[in-house]
Amino acid sequence: MTHAPKWTYVCRLDDIVPNAGVCAKVGDKQVAVFRLVSPAGEEEGIYAIDNHDPRSGANVLSRGIVGDVSGEIVVASPVYKNHFCLRSGRCLEDDVWSVAPYPVRVSEDGMILVKEA
Amino acid sequence: MSLKIVVVGNGMVGHKLLEQLADQPGVDITVLCEEPRPAYDRVHLSEYFSGKSAEDLSLVAPGFFDNPAIALKLNAKAVAIDTAGKVVTTADGERIAYDKLVLATGSYPFVPPVPGRDRPGCLVYRTIEDLEAMTQWGAKSRVGVVIGGGLLGLECAKALKDMGLATHVVEFAPRLMTVQVDDMGGKLLRRKIEALGVTVHTQKNTTEIVDGAGMGVGGRHKMVFADGSVLETDMVVFSAGIRPRDELARSGGLKMGERGGIVVDNFCRTSDPNVYAIGECALWEGRIFGLVAPGYDMARTVAAHLSQSRVANPESRVPAFEGADMSTRLKLLGVDVASIGDAQGATPGSLNYLFSDEVAGHYKKLVVSSDKKTLLGAVLVGEANDYGSLLQLALNRIPLPEHPEDLILPAREGGSKGGIGVDLLPDAAMICSCNNVTKGALCGAIGEGATTIGAIKKCTKAATSCGGCGPLVKQVLDAELKKAGVTVLNHLCEHFAHSRQEMFHLIKVGQLKTFDAVLLAHGKGRGCDICKPAVGSILASAWNEHVLKPKHQSVQDTNDYYLANLQKDGTYSVVPRIPGGEITPEKLIVIGRVAQRFNLYTKITGGQRIDLFGARVEQLPLIWKDLVDAGFESGHAYGKALRTVKSCVGSTWCRYGVQDSVHMAIRIEERYRGLRSPHKIKMAVSGCTRECAEAQGKDVGVIATEKGWNLYVGGNGGMKPRHADLLATDLDDETLIRYIDRFLMLYIRTGDRLQRTSTWMDNIEGGLDYVKKAVCEDSLGIAGELEIEMQKLVDTYECEWKKAINTPETLKRFRHFVNSQEPDQNIQFVDERGQIRPLSRLEKKLEENA
Ligand code: SRM
Ligand SMILES: Cc1cc2nc3c(=O)[nH]c(=O)nc-3n(C[C@H](O)[C@H](O)[C@H](O)COP(=O)(O)OP(=O)(O)OC[C@H]3O[C@@H](n4cnc5c(N)ncnc54)[C@H](O)[C@@H]3O)c2cc1C
Ligand code: SF4
Ligand code: FES
Repeated sequence: MTHAPKWTYVCRLDDIVPNAGVCAKVGDKQVAVFRLVSPAGEEEGIYAIDNHDPRSGANVLSRGIVGDVSGEIVVASPVYKNHFCLRSGRCLEDDVWSVAPYPVRVSEDGMILVKEA
Repeated sequence: MSLKIVVVGNGMVGHKLLEQLADQPGVDITVLCEEPRPAYDRVHLSEYFSGKSAEDLSLVAPGFFDNPAIALKLNAKAVAIDTAGKVVTTADGERIAYDKLVLATGSYPFVPPVPGRDRPGCLVYRTIEDLEAMTQWGAKSRVGVVIGGGLLGLECAKALKDMGLATHVVEFAPRLMTVQVDDMGGKLLRRKIEALGVTVHTQKNTTEIVDGAGMGVGGRHKMVFADGSVLETDMVVFSAGIRPRDELARSGGLKMGERGGIVVDNFCRTSDPNVYAIGECALWEGRIFGLVAPGYDMARTVAAHLSQSRVANPESRVPAFEGADMSTRLKLLGVDVASIGDAQGATPGSLNYLFSDEVAGHYKKLVVSSDKKTLLGAVLVGEANDYGSLLQLALNRIPLPEHPEDLILPAREGGSKGGIGVDLLPDAAMICSCNNVTKGALCGAIGEGATTIGAIKKCTKAATSCGGCGPLVKQVLDAELKKAGVTVLNHLCEHFAHSRQEMFHLIKVGQLKTFDAVLLAHGKGRGCDICKPAVGSILASAWNEHVLKPKHQSVQDTNDYYLANLQKDGTYSVVPRIPGGEITPEKLIVIGRVAQRFNLYTKITGGQRIDLFGARVEQLPLIWKDLVDAGFESGHAYGKALRTVKSCVGSTWCRYGVQDSVHMAIRIEERYRGLRSPHKIKMAVSGCTRECAEAQGKDVGVIATEKGWNLYVGGNGGMKPRHADLLATDLDDETLIRYIDRFLMLYIRTGDRLQRTSTWMDNIEGGLDYVKKAVCEDSLGIAGELEIEMQKLVDTYECEWKKAINTPETLKRFRHFVNSQEPDQNIQFVDERGQIRPLSRLEKKLEENA
């Protein structure tokens, strides 16, 4: 039997500090959700990838520093500092450590929803 | 009509062939794979035990088998070949016709015909299924035996040991790794491995395996040896060598070697011109290559040969397989072992150089030609850093230096080692044999802009398999960059074209107060995990705003973000400040109570204080509430900041003490606590010249004299210890503090990112003399300014934790899930020596399997 994937409420947009992440429980998965804001203060979207860092085995990606490497938006794992592309979950240092990305939606009144993979 | 190719076996070598054939036009490939999954990395198989999954080990690029020209059949074992009819039959009875057939069936682990070898718990080590069986048996065993002390056997012993079993290695020969090392090397290897707690038995011939006496765990089996001795164990893994899987080839009547193996020529053709054999099943000039690199070469040869199969005499257009070098470098149970070429000195007339250092546990041997001109082979045990250079000397027959022994003798003070400069290597020198990358190819890639190790790995694949060539790749890179006149820039990162020192100045002068303001004024892009914490630290040194303010939040490393040190399992450690190492019994009891209440692991640190480990994020504020209520402050163990001021007991108690070192240490620690800097700062105060506080190993060291204090600076323990330099002597209390103020502020202004005072002193123009003059004689005319800046920081200090637990806005971040109160289930502990410790990844896996 398969379930239609459903959208899970995470938090409100302003519950996430600009350019930081939070960890959300989505089904039985842990998902790291990040809010990007430009230096000038414009909202630049919400991104979601696995919270599990395959390299260290710890659930901590939401606690990494967000930034860019050659223009690609990434988060650096707080443990061994390997970088994950926020759009695709790809690990820049080694594909073996790549993680899953998740679809995200922000409702008109600022609620963040993540879809189970 | 396309060329119908059938490949039997989708192992490492079979898959390399598919990769080579994938974009050739006009081929139609069927792959028969006996295993339930396509190709995976057998070389790194043991990493399965340290947490890698079967998917992680896969060698198949995403979408690879979507290629319509390749049909992969899993669980499909080939059982017969009809070479006349050109048909392969599978175990299911399916008949598949071919124009060309490639056998890549690999090998199987040899299990000696010992009665009892089929008992449950007697295993082998080759496939993922084998590893799954090992994990399952490991979970219900206390003792494990590996039969075979070769390369694979020792790797397997490590896996058993990591599973927590009492581990034995049983070897038939008189020493370990008979093929690769000699007697002395074997002896040292054995000593090292035994020191790790693995028991080694040599010259043991197992005659049978029977029921053990210890019913159940501890002695499921009893191994009986020819000399009458016995060994009880719960599981046995056979690792006594490999044998080619040639049964299929036999069924087709192909020519076999006397002791097995499919005979092939220089183009990997078998006795039937339409059938090839590659990898560990192929016998070339009487040899089987049990390593992956030669197999890859064979795959490349066959792919080229197949692509030319419609032209006459393809042999003239295709590079032949020319045999392979069997040199290896490995880390076995953490012991470096390397073997190059003729390691046993079998070449007639060859001469040996031996070097053995029983203290450090190093053994090195060179085998050179009778004229001492060329290197024929080498053995390195315990330390194998020179493997890459020695291998190049041997492979390229580069003339040896006048005293070849210098190559293995340790470098002495002043003397430089007679190694080879990479410049000597010809372009054709094979640097990475796993991936077939020559020095020429590396230089080409560097020329085209791959100027970092990461970029080189990406575009050439060098150093991405066994990693043995890594140091050499780095040397080639450095040499090429130097030739190109590239100076290494001290820019912070790609977002700021300034050094840390310049950034400090720009931020001060521009009165910039946030990362975004700094980025808009002087940087580009969004910033990253390098510049964000560095700028955050400068902002703290310059303006001393609380690191927890929302506007500084997103630039902090996780340690600063949670005001605690991240541990490997995602928990944090808590270190309250204990100035000078002095603590009242009441406060000790408080720490004990807090640790009990939150079930934390406690340990006395190397910095005279107490670390509490295993706190989950949501517990941190509760723990700190208890600590702050009892009068503790943050110890800043998480920050690039002042750590501890170590102190000896001093003149108050000690019969030799000449000053009150504890009092001075506490005064200093309270003055500079919370001070953010380019890297961490450590200090110490000793009460007399006996130096029990080890002040000369600290960034700032103070040693009491009859007349006052001697001030030392720039000391370092850690990775590259450095003795501190004497800056000034016989200072009174106030001058001492003034000098430390000036010294620290100068360092904070001009130090590089993550540069300790030791490297700063070594790199600053003018060196010690310059610093001495600036601090003690005010040669720069800024001493007053530096003192005022420091005083401002001292006056605005507040305990970050006290502030945090009283700021509801800040407390919000201390939870694992934003949308649930649950803790992180992945954090799990067991008891060890009466305290908690995190479960290892292997233990977590075992629990899931149980
Ligand atoms: C806890 C402690 C080990 C212990 O159990 O004793 C420790 C633990 C860590 N040390 Fe240390 N060091 C500890 C004393 C030392 C000492 C001894 C000392 O301070 O007297 C040294 C050598 C002295 C020196 O630094 O000059 C030391 C040299 C290092 C280094 C190498 C620094 C260098 O310049 O070479 C690092 C790595 C770094 O900082 O880049 C390091 C890094 C670390 C880190 C932060 C690694 C990390 O990022 O996870 C460890 C985490 C601490 C934690 O989670 O709480 N630790 N470390 C000690 C804490 C002392 C304290 O109370 O704050
Ligand atoms: C634990 C371990 C560690 C190793 N470490 C190293 C190392 O550090 N360095 C190194 O160079 N080498 C190492 N090796 C050796 C290396 O893995 C082999 O050299 C390499 O895998 C050989 O590739 P292959 O394709 O010839 O054989 P394999 O990878 O064994 O592939 C053969 C495949 O053919 C399949 N097959 C066999 N018969 C049939 C049939 N009749 N029908 C269908 N399919 C069939 C098998 O099931 C298998 O999947 C290690 C090996 C092991 C087991
Ligand atoms: S340094 Fe001097 S005063 Fe301090 S404990 Fe040692 S001998 Fe005593
Ligand atoms: S030699 Fe193995 S990765 Fe380069």
